[in-house]
Amino acid sequence: MAESQDRTQVKAEKEAKMLDIYVMGKHYQVPEGLTIMTALEYCGYRLIRGCGCRAAFCGACGTVYNFKNDPVLRYALACQKLVEQDMYLTQIPFFPAAKPSYDLEKMEPTGEQLLKIYPELVTCFGCNNCTKSCPQELEVMEFMSAAIRGDLKEVTIKSFDCLMCGLCAARCPQGLVPYNIALLCRRLHGRYLVPRSKHLDERIAEIEAGEFDVEIEELQKMSLEELKRRFDERPILKE
Amino acid sequence: MPYPAYMEESIRKVEGTRERRLKEELPRIPVGKRMPVLQEFHPDFVKTSMRELLVGPNKGDRTPNELADLLEGNSRIDPDKIDLTRIDYDVDALIIGAGGAGAAAALIAQENGANVLLVTKLRLGDANTVGYQGGTQAADRPDDSPVLHYLDTMGGARFTADPKLVEALVKDAPDVIRWLESLGVIWDKKPDGSMAEVALAGECVPRCHCCKDYTGLEVMRVLRDEVRCRNINYVEFAPAIELIMDDKGQVAGAILVNLETNELSLVRAKAVVMATGGIGRLHIQGFPTTNHYGATADGLVLAYRVGCPLVDTDTMQYHPTCAAYPIAILGLLVTEKVRGLGAQVVNIDGEQFANPLEPRDVLASCIIRECKERGKGITTPTAELGVWLDSPRIDMIHGEGTVAQNLPAMVRQFGRFDIDITKEPMLVYPGLHYQNGGIKFSPNGATAVPGLFAAGEVEGGVHGRNRLGGNSSLDLFVFGRRAGKSAAQHAKEVRLGKLTLDHVRQWQRELKKAGLTQVRPISPKILPDYARQPHDYLADYVTERLHAGQIKVA
Repeated sequence: MAESQDRTQVKAEKEAKMLDIYVMGKHYQVPEGLTIMTALEYCGYRLIRGCGCRAAFCGACGTVYNFKNDPVLRYALACQKLVEQDMYLTQIPFFPAAKPSYDLEKMEPTGEQLLKIYPELVTCFGCNNCTKSCPQELEVMEFMSAAIRGDLKEVTIKSFDCLMCGLCAARCPQGLVPYNIALLCRRLHGRYLVPRSKHLDERIAEIEAGEFDVEIEELQKMSLEELKRRFDERPILKE
Repeated sequence: MPYPAYMEESIRKVEGTRERRLKEELPRIPVGKRMPVLQEFHPDFVKTSMRELLVGPNKGDRTPNELADLLEGNSRIDPDKIDLTRIDYDVDALIIGAGGAGAAAALIAQENGANVLLVTKLRLGDANTVGYQGGTQAADRPDDSPVLHYLDTMGGARFTADPKLVEALVKDAPDVIRWLESLGVIWDKKPDGSMAEVALAGECVPRCHCCKDYTGLEVMRVLRDEVRCRNINYVEFAPAIELIMDDKGQVAGAILVNLETNELSLVRAKAVVMATGGIGRLHIQGFPTTNHYGATADGLVLAYRVGCPLVDTDTMQYHPTCAAYPIAILGLLVTEKVRGLGAQVVNIDGEQFANPLEPRDVLASCIIRECKERGKGITTPTAELGVWLDSPRIDMIHGEGTVAQNLPAMVRQFGRFDIDITKEPMLVYPGLHYQNGGIKFSPNGATAVPGLFAAGEVEGGVHGRNRLGGNSSLDLFVFGRRAGKSAAQHAKEVRLGKLTLDHVRQWQRELKKAGLTQVRPISPKILPDYARQPHDYLADYVTERLHAGQIKVA
C-alpha cells in the first residue's frame, strides 16, 4: 500500500481471515472486515469513478453483487457493505438518466406540472424492482405511486433520504429515473408548499435596514479583554 | 458487527449512570481557561507535526508536514511544453470545485451576467458539502441576533477570526437560509413554518438549521439540480493542476487534466474562483478523516504558487466525535447534532468528563486526555481508542422516536453494522475534519492576486483557529455567493494580457534554489493513494532495467 493512512486495510490484514471475492469476475483474496470499496483498493485498484464521500452520503458508489452459488442480485453502497466469502461484485458508478431542465420559479406545485416534465411517469407498472434495489431501503415504488397521484408531500417524506446513487434507474424496465422525479417533487414541495418562516423574513429585513450594524461595530472596536468578558457573560439559552 | 462482550460490559456501566446523568450538567470551561488542555492535548500543539515553510508567500510560517510537502511541491507540468495559444474554453468566470461554494458561486456569477465554466475533480457535487449533517447557522429567531452569532463565532475561534469576515458571515446568514429555501431546500420546521433550530456547541442560542441529519445531501442535490437546470457548463473528472496568469500579473485561467485520459485542456478566464475545499485526505498526523475522497488541498497549492498568502496554516479542526468502531466506518462523522439533542460524552465507567457542548477544539482535547492520560477510554479489538457518545439519552429527554426522526443517517449507518443507536451508545474519537485556515481573502471574495477569488473551506480567516459547528456550511454559501458576484463584476472590467506560465518557471527556480526539487513530491496531489501495491512485478522489472540503462525515459 502506498500510503499507510488507510488503517482499515492494515488492521484488517492483522486479523487475516482471508476471503475469496471476484471483482468483475476476477479472483482475489482479501482480509475479512473490509468494505467493498476498501477491498477493491486492497486488490490494487485506484478508484476514480465510484468513490466519493466514503460515508454513505454522496451516492457515488452504488454496487451490485451476488454470490458464486447464488445468482440473486443484491444492492449496496460499496463504502458501507462488508465483503463476504464468494462475493461477485462490480460497481455501477454511472447510469444514463434523463434530467430535463426546468425553471422552478415558473412552475406550480401540482401533479399536472410534474407530468409535464416527466410524462413517462405514467408508464410505471409497479414491478417494484426500484424498491428492491435501493441501498437506503426506501420504498421507491411507493413514492413513484405518490408522484403519479401528484402527492408531493408524500414523495418528499418517503424519498427524503435518497442519495441519488442511480441503482433504481439502472433496474427500471421502463427507463424511469425515480431519483430525479423525486428531486423535482421535493423541490416543488420545499419551494411552494412548506409554510414560510415569518421570523426569517423579519430578520432579513432588520439586517437590510442596518439594525445590527452599530452593535457589531462596537464589538469590533472594543478591547480584547472587554470582548472576552462580553463573551463569557452572554446568557446561554437551551430551547 | 455488534459490540464484543467486553465493550458491552462498559455499556452496562453507561446505562447504570444514565438516570443520574439526566440531571447532571458539567460546567463549560471559561474562554480564558481553555489553553492548558489545548496545549497539552490538541493535535495542533504537537510540535514535531509541523515545520516551517522554506519557499513561497508564507515562508517562515509553520504548517503540518503533510501540507508543507505539497505547498513546496513540484509542478505537474513543464511550462515549455504547454501551448498557451490553444485555448479549449474561453469564459468570463472559471469556478474550480463543484461543492457547495463552487455551485453557489457558479449560480450567482451566471445571474450577474457571466459566462461560467464549472470544473471539478470528481462528479458535480462530490464534496464535503454533501456529507455535512448538523446544519447551517443563522440567527433568525426573535431571541437571537447576528450580534450574538458574531460573539459566539469570535469566542469559538478564541478571538482569532477576522472581524470583517465574521460580520459578513453573520449578516448574510438568514438570507442564505431563505435563498436555499427558495431553491427548494426543505429545512426542519415547526408546523407554523418557523424554523426548528438546534443548538450546536459554542452557541448561546439554538441557531442551527437542519434537514434531519441529511442537511448537506439535501442542499447539495438541490444546488446540483439548479446548476443543471440553468445549463451552466460543467466538466467533471477534470481537476485544475495549475493556474494560468497573464503578463499583467493577473490570474487568467487554469490547466485541467482529464482524470481518465490524462488529456490536458486550457481554460482562459477573466476571473477564477477557487472553491476546491479542504484537506482531510492528507491524514494530518495519521488521523482518520470525515472528509471526501478528493479533499487533498489542491486549491491551496495552486493559489500559493501564484503568490497568494495563506492564513492560519498551522491549525486544523479535529471533530470530537468520529466513529471509532466498527473499523469499517472508522472516522465517519457523527454529527454534533447528536450532542445538540442531548447525548453526553462518557468514559469507560459511564462518567461524564466534559460538557458535551464545549467548542470542538476543547472537547476533542478533553476526549484525547480522557483516553491517553487518564486511561479511561475504551480500546477496540483493532486497538482504536474511543469514548461513548450516549445517544439513547436523547429519547429519554425528548421522547421516543426523536433519534429516529432527527438522525436517520446515523441510525442507518450504525444499523448497517447491527448497532442500534437508539438503544446503545456510539464509540467515538476525534478525527481530522476541517482546515481552519486557508487562502487569505476579503469579504467580497477577492484574494491578494488580481483575478483570483476564493470561497468555502479553501479560504481562511472566517473561523480563526477554531470553527463552530454549522458555520462552515454557512461560509460556503455566504462567500460562494459573494465570490460569484465579485468574479462576474471583475470579468466585466478586466482586460487580460498575454497568457503566461512564467510563475511556474519562477516557482521551480525558487524550489531549486532552496534545494527542494529533489525532495518534494509533485503537487497538487489530486487523489489519495489507497491502492495497495503488493506485487508490482512489472514496476520492479521496469525499474531494474531503467537502472541498468537498458531503457530510457524521454
